[in-house]
Amino acid sequence: MSETTTNRPQPTLEPGFRGAVRDWASDQRSFKTASWGKAMMWIFLVSDTFVFGSFLIGYMTARMSTTTPWPNPSEVFALEIAGAHVPLLLIAIMTFVLITSSGTMAMAVNFAYARDKVKTTVLLLITALFGATFVGMQAFEWTKLIEEGVRPWGNPFGAEQFGASFFMITGFHGTHVTIGVIFLLIMARKVWRGDFDTGRAGFFTARKGRYEMIEIMGLYWHFVDLVWVFIFAFFYLW
Amino acid sequence: MADIPHDASASAPPAELGEMELYHPRSWWTKYVFSQDAKVIAIQYAVTAFGIGFVALVLSWLIRLQLGFPGTFNFISPEAYYQFITMHGMIMVVYLLTALFLGGFGNYLIPLMVGARDMVFPYANMLSYWIYLVAVLVLVASFFVPGGPTGAGWTLYPPQAIMSNTPGQQGGIILMLVSLALFIIGFTMGGLNYTVTVLQARTRGMTLMRMPLTVWGIFVATVMALLAFPALFVAAVMMLFDKLLGTSFFMPTLVEFGQQLSYGGGSPILFQHLFWFFGHPEVYIVALPAFGIVSDLIATHARRNIFGYRMMVWAIVIIGALSFIVWAHHMYVSGMNPYFGFFFATTTLIIAVPTAIKVYNWVLTLWRGDIHFTTPMLFALGFIVTFVNGGLSGLFLGNVVIDVPLSDTMFVVAHFHMVMGVAPIMVIFGAIYHWYPKVTGRMLSEGLGKFHFWVTFVGAYLIFFPMHYVGLTGAPRRYFETTDIAVVPDSAMALNAFISVMAFIVGFAQLVFIFNLVWSLKNGKHAGGNPWRATSLEWQTPKTPPEHGNWGKELPVVYRWAYDYSVPGAPEDFIAQNQPAVAGREAST
Repeated sequence: MSETTTNRPQPTLEPGFRGAVRDWASDQRSFKTASWGKAMMWIFLVSDTFVFGSFLIGYMTARMSTTTPWPNPSEVFALEIAGAHVPLLLIAIMTFVLITSSGTMAMAVNFAYARDKVKTTVLLLITALFGATFVGMQAFEWTKLIEEGVRPWGNPFGAEQFGASFFMITGFHGTHVTIGVIFLLIMARKVWRGDFDTGRAGFFTARKGRYEMIEIMGLYWHFVDLVWVFIFAFFYLW
Repeated sequence: MADIPHDASASAPPAELGEMELYHPRSWWTKYVFSQDAKVIAIQYAVTAFGIGFVALVLSWLIRLQLGFPGTFNFISPEAYYQFITMHGMIMVVYLLTALFLGGFGNYLIPLMVGARDMVFPYANMLSYWIYLVAVLVLVASFFVPGGPTGAGWTLYPPQAIMSNTPGQQGGIILMLVSLALFIIGFTMGGLNYTVTVLQARTRGMTLMRMPLTVWGIFVATVMALLAFPALFVAAVMMLFDKLLGTSFFMPTLVEFGQQLSYGGGSPILFQHLFWFFGHPEVYIVALPAFGIVSDLIATHARRNIFGYRMMVWAIVIIGALSFIVWAHHMYVSGMNPYFGFFFATTTLIIAVPTAIKVYNWVLTLWRGDIHFTTPMLFALGFIVTFVNGGLSGLFLGNVVIDVPLSDTMFVVAHFHMVMGVAPIMVIFGAIYHWYPKVTGRMLSEGLGKFHFWVTFVGAYLIFFPMHYVGLTGAPRRYFETTDIAVVPDSAMALNAFISVMAFIVGFAQLVFIFNLVWSLKNGKHAGGNPWRATSLEWQTPKTPPEHGNWGKELPVVYRWAYDYSVPGAPEDFIAQNQPAVAGREAST
């Protein structure tokens, strides 16, 4: 972005509510420390929150109004490991992997601001690997359920909206993770090539690459994690 | 607050932002087709929206042919009639009005009015238009698939939208839903741009409370759209699954032609909630830009500062916020809990307060103004009248007890055409007459413009005012024929024929407008940079039409609000926003 020459955001003019009022009453920028890209990502995430919110509210309405009983998720999502019946085992591992990837993402952001190309690249790739692992385990989960007869239009365990909501919500979230993985790989390539050191412009734009883009990427990634926590709570634990 | 908007402070704060990195086109393709310049994108949006809007206009003629002269035109089958009303409604609301106000006017005016060189992310802005175009093409494609476009009504209510006796249930409904999802994705890219440009890319001295009300209206409408369209997106995805995968989100257990369908356990009311959580804010997504633009038209052409600027801004914000908690007033007869009706009727009527503030402020701006009856001013006045009219019939429909007998009658059709059809279209016309000189450098013909105004304004009244009476007799909307219905008297049928004739006259009068647009491109009077002697920044560009980057070498610096008209002691009757102090009374204070 064009606004500041340094990558580090400048401090706020004045802390607290008065400072916020002053920022909003001022000219040029309402969020004094946010670059255009960061502001845009935040606003997009608010909008995306409404998408996931609508999906979850739709699912909850369906779950509460079905005439046939809802399947017990901890039974449906149980795995048989060495003869033991472990409820929600796979989901627990998936959640752990995704939360861990948030940690590596945060480290990548930190090293990006330190302009450490190698460590940033490696951490971005690790984050992408965790993301891909998550999607892979989701594919395994889908396969298992499909083999057990769960379909969008019906399942052997109870209300048919179970399969519909499950495939729709986890599918939509999985799509978000997949898009995130793709952009993590693109970012890793850009860091490795030194685009952010030379300020090389992106495809078909005149915008110079900056290390801040890693932080913006991180915002998206943490958001996708946070959404998963809500899906985990409302779909699997309820 | 100490910061008086029109205070001409001698110095502006230092620049916080560096120069914007603009993509400079290297070929004809990147300059005019795959352009990243918001002004070109705006024109692309506007032309596409008008093109698809013309299709919707023709569809409305076909609807009126059937309603006015039932049984005369055999090529209009009941199925085709339902397809016409569905596509007419959907195109007008989403693909014309929303796209034109936000994609068209938003793209052109926001960067110019806040003093930016372009939108903050021109590349995403370009993608926004191309995805919108694909959405329009998918919509048009639905006319050519087997079974034709969907005939489910523009609200697309399930279960009937995907049941086999609804026209267009083979391919039409699928393409409709896909097109809506694409539109939302494309709009989100543009909407993020408009929002961030207003919040983060204003020029020096341009505080939020110095922005022209046009920008405020478009900005708040964009924020609303970013929060309301997700609900429609989700509803479209879920209905696509119901249709394509056989899920039962919205489909209850159904018996059709003696056969039980495979659906079961879904909730059609859920769709209505999702749809109207989008659908009601959508009314204001169309109305708020119109409110903003009309404020600027009135102030400029009455040579008077807008009355109660701060109240106008807050009214826009409050209307935007309230519009998210009124949606179920579209569902009074859907079988909700009666207490819901009580709550939503209350919130609905509360919206009348900020709206009335705005209407009073427009009238008070006109009060003792130096009113120039230019074409934009005429359309602005036409807007006030039609909007008040449509708003008053909204008071009837907002109350549960009055709505129950009136719902699904032609009275509802008359109401919403008046308030969100005619009124915003009036503003669109006024705005085009107002800003055409900036876009092209030529004036539109005033004579043709006044003819266009009078035919459109009087004609719109002759169409929609009798329609209220037709509705009060109990004539239902969406019916292919009302001739055999006992409650509908013959006189209502005579009115229907009259309405249809007027609809044709008004429709054809729009050809005069199209002719004016094309003819003036070459033959209009040269406009100069600021033909209306207006204050806001877009009229102060070094070149007309503004070139790529808008401002030449130096960005403008803003010293005052956008409404310094007829300031006592000033040498001229307007002071541009980027003019520092002036001689006379103001400089001494």
